[in-house]
Amino acid sequence: MSQNPPVTKAYHDVGGDDFGPIPTEDGAYQLWERRVDAMMRLLSSPQVGLMRVDELRRGIETLGEDVYNAEPYYGKWARSLAAIMIEKGVVTREDLDAKIEALRVERGLKR
Amino acid sequence: MSVAHFAVGDRVQVRNLEVEEGLAGHMRAPVYCRGFTGEIERFCGIFGNPESLAYGRDGQPAQPLYRVRFRQIELWPDYRGAAADTLEIEVYQHWLKAS
Amino acid sequence: MSHDDHHHHHHSDHDAIEAPDTSNSDTALLADALRLVLIDKGVFSAHDVQDQLSLMDTRSDRNGAAMVARAWVDADYRAAMMADSAAAAKTLGYDTKGTPLVVLENTNDVHNVIVCTLCSCYPVTLLGPSPEWYKSKAYRARVVRDPRSVLREFGTDIAADREVRVHDSTADMRYMIMPQRPEGTAGLSEAELASLITRNGLIGVAEL
Repeated sequence: MSQNPPVTKAYHDVGGDDFGPIPTEDGAYQLWERRVDAMMRLLSSPQVGLMRVDELRRGIETLGEDVYNAEPYYGKWARSLAAIMIEKGVVTREDLDAKIEALRVERGLKR
Repeated sequence: MSVAHFAVGDRVQVRNLEVEEGLAGHMRAPVYCRGFTGEIERFCGIFGNPESLAYGRDGQPAQPLYRVRFRQIELWPDYRGAAADTLEIEVYQHWLKAS
Repeated sequence: MSHDDHHHHHHSDHDAIEAPDTSNSDTALLADALRLVLIDKGVFSAHDVQDQLSLMDTRSDRNGAAMVARAWVDADYRAAMMADSAAAAKTLGYDTKGTPLVVLENTNDVHNVIVCTLCSCYPVTLLGPSPEWYKSKAYRARVVRDPRSVLREFGTDIAADREVRVHDSTADMRYMIMPQRPEGTAGLSEAELASLITRNGLIGVAEL
């Protein structure tokens, strides 16, 4: 009995949508995922004060629907955190790209 | 800071600020409850506005937050459950109007 | 929107499977790079990160179970927990760090279940990390609209004369369910009672 015209829903706003059975997979997080959680806790701590949970959510809501659907839970967090740290000027895209390249070399990963 | 002006038991309708005011960006009122009427179940306190906090702003004016209870048979046209079933969500005051 | 392709209907409390190793995925590299750059810039230290990982291990559903077991045996604690759940958690050593906690008591008249439709807010301090299914779009989408069907997928059937009450945590509150104490447990110790309390019972998709 809504008196308003339907709004195009944001992709994260799924309450009431049709979906199939609830998936059962569950498992322990990998170290990189746990470290993302740790990073967010530190960044949003009173001592550091560089992130709020509202910003993390907003970042996730603006990743784009394809990324949102494809990324695991902490992958969404990582992408949101990176975007917001760049937005705030705490790090640059170049800083991250250089470090990613260094990690690839260190881990012997081929491009 | 906005003053809390709803009381427990008040009938309130959830506004659609996207339509009414062209609000865009981060918001915490899911579309499924907008336009629907429920009752104030409790006052939760005064909190910074997430629509502002999400963009690095100060969250002011802080908003009174309420738990609003809806009857499921009123929210969903095809609700498959008991007539007594309810749903409660937290809604910030600026999303509510007296019904 | 995409649908989940898994059609299993058996949900044990902790269904663990062998997950693929994603440590070298593009996203994991981005995550590790961000962490290392922030350490380079002195925003926090590697030691800080390690401390947080250790703290993570202290957050599990045994905390919530301990609270509920205490509330079952101690009427004063139960009253305190219902009046100010975060404070009651703190007296047992579980610090929610200012996040408001609300414990919802299941009764003969009402069965409660929690969700966060917009993201996946969850009382991590009391329950540990949330299960994947809790974070899934399928759960978030369906439990508000047809909770009894969702509960049946978890093997839980709520009588038609009991109210099912869904709580969507859209703001700062975090919720935990206090399940009803099972029949025939009068002689059990608090620790034994706690061992009966499951994570799914604390979320509300199961009864005990």
